[in-house]
Amino acid sequence: MENITCNFVVNGQAEEISLPPNRTLLHMLRENLLFHGVREGCSHGECGSCNVILDGKLVNACLILAVEADGLEILTVEGMADGEDLHPIQQAFVDESGMQCGACTTGMILSTKNLLDANPDPSREEIKDALAGNFCRCTGYAKIFESVEAAAETMKGGQQ
Amino acid sequence: MSDQTAKIGDNWPSLIGKRLPRVDAVEKVNGDAKYAGDFNLAGQLWMKILRSPHAHAKIISIDASKALEMPGVKAVVTAEDFNNWSWGWGPTTRDETPLAEGKVRYFAEAVAAIAAEDEETAEEACALIDVIYEELPGVFDAEEAMQDGAPQVHDYVENNQSWDFHMDYGDVEKGFAEADLVREDRFETGRTLTGFLEPPAAVAQYDTAGITIYAAKQSPYFIYRQLASCFKLPLSKVRVIQPYVGGGFGGTKNDSTAGDFCAVMLAKKTKRPVKFVYNMEEVLTTCRRRHNMIVDCKMGMKKDGTITAVQTKVIADGGAFTAIGPLTMYLTGIMTTLPYKLDNYKHDAYRIFTNHPVSAAMRGHGVTHTRFAAEIQMEKMADELGIDPLEVRMINAIEAPHETINGITVDTCGLKEGLEIVSSSSAWKDKDQNKKDGPVVRGVGISGTSHLGGARQRGHQSCAAIVRLCEDGTVNYLTGASDAGQGSDTVLVQLVAEELGLTMEDVTIQRVDTAMTPVDNGSYGSRVTILAGQAAQKAAQEIKRQLADAAAKIWEVEAEKILFNDRTVFVDGDPDKSMPFKKLTQIACYSESGAVIIGKGYSEYGLEKMDFEKGYGNPGVNYSFTSQLSAVDVDLETGMVSAKDFLIAHDCGRPLHPVNVEAQTQGAASQGLGQALYENFKMHEGRTMNSTMVNYMMPLSTEHPDFELHDIITDDPHGPFGAKEASEGSIISTPPSIVSAIHDATGIWFTKLPVTPEKIVLALKEKKERENAQIEENK
Repeated sequence: MENITCNFVVNGQAEEISLPPNRTLLHMLRENLLFHGVREGCSHGECGSCNVILDGKLVNACLILAVEADGLEILTVEGMADGEDLHPIQQAFVDESGMQCGACTTGMILSTKNLLDANPDPSREEIKDALAGNFCRCTGYAKIFESVEAAAETMKGGQQ
Repeated sequence: MSDQTAKIGDNWPSLIGKRLPRVDAVEKVNGDAKYAGDFNLAGQLWMKILRSPHAHAKIISIDASKALEMPGVKAVVTAEDFNNWSWGWGPTTRDETPLAEGKVRYFAEAVAAIAAEDEETAEEACALIDVIYEELPGVFDAEEAMQDGAPQVHDYVENNQSWDFHMDYGDVEKGFAEADLVREDRFETGRTLTGFLEPPAAVAQYDTAGITIYAAKQSPYFIYRQLASCFKLPLSKVRVIQPYVGGGFGGTKNDSTAGDFCAVMLAKKTKRPVKFVYNMEEVLTTCRRRHNMIVDCKMGMKKDGTITAVQTKVIADGGAFTAIGPLTMYLTGIMTTLPYKLDNYKHDAYRIFTNHPVSAAMRGHGVTHTRFAAEIQMEKMADELGIDPLEVRMINAIEAPHETINGITVDTCGLKEGLEIVSSSSAWKDKDQNKKDGPVVRGVGISGTSHLGGARQRGHQSCAAIVRLCEDGTVNYLTGASDAGQGSDTVLVQLVAEELGLTMEDVTIQRVDTAMTPVDNGSYGSRVTILAGQAAQKAAQEIKRQLADAAAKIWEVEAEKILFNDRTVFVDGDPDKSMPFKKLTQIACYSESGAVIIGKGYSEYGLEKMDFEKGYGNPGVNYSFTSQLSAVDVDLETGMVSAKDFLIAHDCGRPLHPVNVEAQTQGAASQGLGQALYENFKMHEGRTMNSTMVNYMMPLSTEHPDFELHDIITDDPHGPFGAKEASEGSIISTPPSIVSAIHDATGIWFTKLPVTPEKIVLALKEKKERENAQIEENK
């Protein structure tokens, strides 16, 4: 299999990468670019732990070939913070302890961003629906829902 | 607690009981937290495992020559390389080999492994290994496996009996004779997945320094001992480094996996680091799962609801190997004498080998099964006798101090208080008005359960801690205890900082590195806060003693008068004599030729004798009590159950980190919800039919109810600051309360978990037919 050269903009940084056509976006991000915040869970698009935002849309990076993302912009959790300052969604997850083991957390944060970008004031039911593609075994979700609500509250105040 | 408070003032304790952020929160939200699969070493190879296509078969031959010819392939490992080494829980149960030897005993058991330049090559090469099998008849049902003539999973074990455990206290026959009502029912619990999201993974190195392995383990000192034994190395040459761990919940991440042994063996053969990451299908088909059990329960009850005797018989599907199964069997019995008064109890537990993947520990280990059976049977009998579900629990609930008939000593108990809290809710009081007419009916159920904290088993039990004082007044805290996500690192840092009067930021916890941190039994059985917590306190106290000696010299007072709080050291009753903690540290460290201040501590809770064989004595250090109300909506047409509200009143002694305690209660209840309604491996001739997360259904965001949580403070004398278990209680209380709620909605008692829509629809249909037949008869 011959490698294909692709161009991406990942977290604002232009990247040119030569990769085999069967490499998933997930493995490209993890293995070529070492963005380990993009986690591999089920590899079937069920758990959401590999969520990234591709050209403004939330995707499971395990279900997309890297070549399909050629020329597109990708946001991973590593691109959320502004230097040392956490994004308000990240800060809300810290403040509300919206994580335990952390394996789902980064995907959960990108799902939350995707939700709040479209709906800045979601109801509890809308939050549940928005996170239905993100599996968490540790928390029982209560503190995750509270984190999303806290983030929505902060961001309504004009931040980000 | 009150004495010390009086000494230090109103702001003590300054950290315990506070809603502080987790110490690992920032790295978990910004992507910095590194898990085993995130480690890459220079020159590393990738490993893939070849797994058995049969559930039970002789291995006639293995020929890896074609695989080894493939470009990029560096080495293969088979059972032969391990030279008959086997491992297991006890000296008589070392029945498991790293790779299948002579025969395979479950579908997808590891047979060989390949190390290659990349993952794809390793996987392709595995397919080129030629294994010739001779299929054997398998046995896939525990009761069938017990019969004479059933296929034998291990040639030396007759009737496939892996382990048995028996208890007999009081006189059950006398108890049943005294009862007004005796019932016998059969209950079944499901075969469930622990459900961690991070699959087993490791990067292993083997060189003259010995083994170094970065491995996803919740109990890293298990694999430390197992690797030393397997590779015949002294423990001092086995270095297990623990990255962040993406969930554990017992079983797999307590033990070694085939992957761990093979990666180390391949690293030894190739002299290069070897990495592997299991995929989720390997997790679902080969990792240790909860035992599914048949529980035959017999209970005697007087007209007033008093329980006179309980007899339980457990048959557990153990799968192909013993693993930690003997402890599971012990726990199914020992804890049945809590939390209700019981003078007569008999228990017989049988763990049976089958050609299924191995069953082992999972959160609520052993206790969930028999407690589910006893809770539901107690309520069924109360129902027959016209006694309210709350009343029957209040009549039988123990009060502290209490000693069970098998020698469990309970010093604090918040069960009755918890039951009062859940029953004073409007959800309970107004349950009949809230029922609704259908087709969706609201049901409400309660439960009252108990769990142990500071689990004990035979052998190594203690936890240790080392606290190193840095000369700038900050602290390195070394513990062998590990945080698999539950938040124990945060609680342990809190305890060290609290003892020293420092802030959370002043204390840095080192994750486990067996070359550096003190040996520890592991994170299981709700033991970390209690035992590692006590060790942490004691180590910090040793630092305090050394610093207090230095301060006592300066101020010419007795060392006992020196107190530590708010980053300040001062003389009790003499506020003018005080200085910053940092300054005292520097004085103490720089005095004379210089001092190095190190504190060490060992846990001392739970050291009294126990009788593991007879199930007598304390299985834990102390005991939590959980009272729960569950409200569910049942659709009588589709059988769909939706959990709406969980109200949980938990007695964890004292919540040291209230946010973590809430989170643990919510998380354990979530897993209990899965066990009650959704989760069960569907097996066919040894194959796991639902081997992906898509078709093995665990609860997602949309399945979760609203939680209302209450802490019951009882300040147990056997835990740091009064703490007891907080991470398992609600996995035990959730299934019976949900099943009771479904009964409230449907009038049907379900006795087999999970209670799926199919079971509900069929049972409602049968009920309707019975009622119609009754009407016909009455005409």
